[in-house]
Amino acid sequence: MASDAHGETLALREQFDSEEQQKDASTLGMWIFLITEIMFFGGMFLAYSVYRNFYPHVFAVASSSMNAIIGATNTGVLLCSSFTMVMAVRAAQLGQRKIIILFLVLTLILGIAFLGLKAYEWNVKFEEHHVPGPAFHLDGVDTQGPAQIFFSMYFAMTGLHALHMVVGVGILTWLIIATYKGRFTAGYMTPVDIAGLYWHFVDIIWIFLFPLLYLIDRHLG
Amino acid sequence: MGSLPLFPEQASTIAPEVDHLLYYLLTVAVFFTLLIFGAIFYFAIRYRRRSERELPHVIHGGLTLEVLWSVIPFGLTMVMFSWGASIFFTESRPPADALQIYAVGKQWMWKLQHLEGQREINELHIPMGRAVRLTMTSEDVIHSFFVPAFRTKEDVVPGRYSTTWFQPTKPGKYHLFCAEYCGTNHSRMIGWIYVMEPRDYENWVSGGGPTGSLADEGGRLFESLACSNCHKPDGSGRCPNLVGLFGRIVQLSNGSTVVADEAYIRESILQPTAKIVAGYQPLMPTFQGLVTEEGVLELVEYIKSLGPKPGAPAGANVPVVVPHQQ
Amino acid sequence: MKSWLLTKDHKRIAVLYLATVTLFFFLGGAFATLIRVELLTPQGGLVSSETYNKLFTMHGVTMVFFFLIPSIPATLGNFFLPLMIGARDLAFPRINLLSWYLLVIGGLLALFAMLAGGVDTGWTFYTPYSTTYSNSWVIATALGIFVAGFSSILTGLNFIVTVHRMRAPGMTWFRMPLFVWSMYATSLIQVLGTPVLAVTLVLVFCERVFHIGIFDPALGGDPVLFQHLFWFYSHPAVYIMVLPGMGVISEVISVFSRKSVFGYAFVAFSSVAIAVLGFLVWGHHLFVSTQSVYAGMVFSFLSYFVAIPSAIKVFNWTATLYKGSISFATPMLYAFGFIGLFTIGGLTGLFVASLGIDVHVTDTYFVIAHFHYIMVGGTIMAYMAGMHYWWPKMTGRMYPEGWAKLSALVIFLGFNLTFFPQFILGYLGMPRRYHVYPDEFQVLHVLSTAGASVLAVGYLMPMIYFIWSLRYGALAPANPWGATGLEWKTASPPPVHNFDEAPVVTHEAYDYSTVMGEVIEVG
Repeated sequence: MASDAHGETLALREQFDSEEQQKDASTLGMWIFLITEIMFFGGMFLAYSVYRNFYPHVFAVASSSMNAIIGATNTGVLLCSSFTMVMAVRAAQLGQRKIIILFLVLTLILGIAFLGLKAYEWNVKFEEHHVPGPAFHLDGVDTQGPAQIFFSMYFAMTGLHALHMVVGVGILTWLIIATYKGRFTAGYMTPVDIAGLYWHFVDIIWIFLFPLLYLIDRHLG
Repeated sequence: MGSLPLFPEQASTIAPEVDHLLYYLLTVAVFFTLLIFGAIFYFAIRYRRRSERELPHVIHGGLTLEVLWSVIPFGLTMVMFSWGASIFFTESRPPADALQIYAVGKQWMWKLQHLEGQREINELHIPMGRAVRLTMTSEDVIHSFFVPAFRTKEDVVPGRYSTTWFQPTKPGKYHLFCAEYCGTNHSRMIGWIYVMEPRDYENWVSGGGPTGSLADEGGRLFESLACSNCHKPDGSGRCPNLVGLFGRIVQLSNGSTVVADEAYIRESILQPTAKIVAGYQPLMPTFQGLVTEEGVLELVEYIKSLGPKPGAPAGANVPVVVPHQQ
Repeated sequence: MKSWLLTKDHKRIAVLYLATVTLFFFLGGAFATLIRVELLTPQGGLVSSETYNKLFTMHGVTMVFFFLIPSIPATLGNFFLPLMIGARDLAFPRINLLSWYLLVIGGLLALFAMLAGGVDTGWTFYTPYSTTYSNSWVIATALGIFVAGFSSILTGLNFIVTVHRMRAPGMTWFRMPLFVWSMYATSLIQVLGTPVLAVTLVLVFCERVFHIGIFDPALGGDPVLFQHLFWFYSHPAVYIMVLPGMGVISEVISVFSRKSVFGYAFVAFSSVAIAVLGFLVWGHHLFVSTQSVYAGMVFSFLSYFVAIPSAIKVFNWTATLYKGSISFATPMLYAFGFIGLFTIGGLTGLFVASLGIDVHVTDTYFVIAHFHYIMVGGTIMAYMAGMHYWWPKMTGRMYPEGWAKLSALVIFLGFNLTFFPQFILGYLGMPRRYHVYPDEFQVLHVLSTAGASVLAVGYLMPMIYFIWSLRYGALAPANPWGATGLEWKTASPPPVHNFDEAPVVTHEAYDYSTVMGEVIEVG
């Protein structure tokens, strides 16, 4: 880690002139990273939309086979975690170390809860033969091909989202340890700030995934 | 080895049109290339550095020039666009009376079928002076049907039909290439197009295939797959009557309509529930895996041969399928 | 050694990149040599078809993803972008080092695939061949490109933030050197386009590994959807490769004619315009891929819009020479070569953008010739111009001028002899990626191979004299060319923190009166 050559507790890196410049740069960097993430998921959303347009009936049947209750619960879990993340960022601004740790831990627990529910859901898919492959079967459609495409998209999209959640959980763990060690103060809280941005982004992706995969065309199925 | 031609033969109606556009593009390209090369040479020599202490006058730019060299090239390119687009439009609209031929690409050969029943591999015999329409699909990967002498090319994609057409203008033997990389022997997926005098072609084609015409083949397949148990010609079956279906507009159960073309018939055989005809139940099983791409083409040709019935208004915009049973 | 592998100094990282991409360049060049030798005879006796297919695939993968895309941005950009805007380093030095490691890891994965047996899909990885039919190392190669893609994304991100937040006092946007503008535009594409390629490769990867079906026509999937996603990145990627080159040329033309670039703002904005418009034209790779006629027309129409900013640049560079004080130093010779070859490459782009012509020439040698004129005639000429121009600053040594001029000439001639015959081959109908070919194409193939051997000599010469100059070259002064950029206001090579005294910018770029003593006014 960079030494504190320019101040007592402030981690100003040598390429920057001021903390403000450093914070601006970090935040801008995170926003640009999130734009790349949007493009990344965008490719998948596009593929999903194309196929839903090709096979509306199959996608409706496949969508209604999803467990919307777990999906909705997970949506709630993530929304709560965004709230606790905001509280952690606020606590960081006020320099309340214990409260930062409290809310970061809460966020972490909610994140892990989401992943647990997700794992349970995937497991059910295996039992129901809804995993693409030779054993795949979905009731209510006669052509299994497009149904497999739906579930291929489902696993690719939720899998990638879950991977981002795992990364998020890793970041939160690191933040908790760093906060505990007293790295962050009211004057330097950029990592908490930009981790918050990342966490909200992953949350928003789910907000799009949930209706696309679980809710759209339920009435048709 | 041999002589060194600079342009390929022109052997279709579209070939001279493409070449004329090429001449225009070449003229523009050569003009600007000479202009830029000339200007660089001239300026470089005229204004070469004679002393290390030279400081040229500052010139920041000129709006008039910027506008000129944006607008003039833009105008020239718009000619390229519209000219090219109009050729492309012609290339994508086969004439109604075109001779129909089916092509199936597979690693690494071209299989071509005439309506009369002849089958060819890596060779295609066609008459001079008559438009030829190819309906193509692939059994495996993407291929591309390319005849340089005709200036036509179209990809051949698994899972769908694509079409191309050309009207040969010169008897002879022309290269057929696969232009989309398709695996190990891609460069050996080549063949010949034989353009024949119409009379010779008649002689060649009148022999017919060993098992009758393509539609006959399709008819036999229609029976052996038991399609005729449900699709009855009098409309009394559990499934829609196929007589006169081809080319008509079909009313679907979800309220939309679709034109019964080759692609629709293919989809209805392989994915029967994708589009359900209004008034019918989704009863039909899929034939995916039970019938080859060539078999599907034979069925399509059989269904085409079923209609329209003599006396029926051709191409009328009425749903061909009238639900009279639930 | 350790001080290099853990360095956070952008200049040292640039040198690491330079060594890496040079290795990949010669690897890709070796593949190209084998391809050209093989094509001397129509019946292809040197290697089998399988091997030939792997050769052109690995040539494409190596050159595009591991040489051209990182070449100018990661070496010259990394070294000079901070210097040119008066910063001590990039905004995120550790991420900069990480992105070099990502390129190395991606490169090693691709190398592993090549050594293990190679990959034969073509660098375009078209489905369903790549997902279902190919029996080669698709997964490792795709993974390598995926990882290298993140190197590119992080470099772009770093540059954007650096340009926005790290400029020296007085360095306003319109005082920035045009190289910085072009790097900025390039970075925009890297950040917006590369993730789409990444996700497309993830889908191909999943389809091969887990047998899920996204593009599989047997399940009702659409293999052409892959092409849309692929070209949504890979067409803008062409501009990732050529925009930095355009930036180098703007610098070189200005310095060696000692004049401000004609129409600075037009040149700057045309970079951004190319970056933006480049995202709207991917469909022109699919004119014969069964997309609708009207989609074809829209993409053709939009493609001509991208031509205009490129034309504006060429005209402005040429006009810069007018009434200048023109030096024939090696970088300038390469710049002349760039303008000429890029002009031919760009003009033939008009051919392939025209629907009627493209139906005939797509997937033929015409397209091969066209994009080599842009990628090799354009990008590599510019890269060479930049390497010669900045070599004294990077190493503190001058290169041998005579040898360098000779190499520029050899490369220019060899290049034209290699690729010009391919335009004719293509219009005659010679399809690309053909291992064996009809006899009538042989004469032109022999010419092309002859040119390639000249070109190979041309590329080996700088390799040798650059290394020679590290030890025996004359010591370089701080500003050997009389250039105005901030990078010339510090020692050659620059100190670790770039500037001993923080620079303050008071003039626009390219004001040569500020760097000259007593002058003779001309023009």
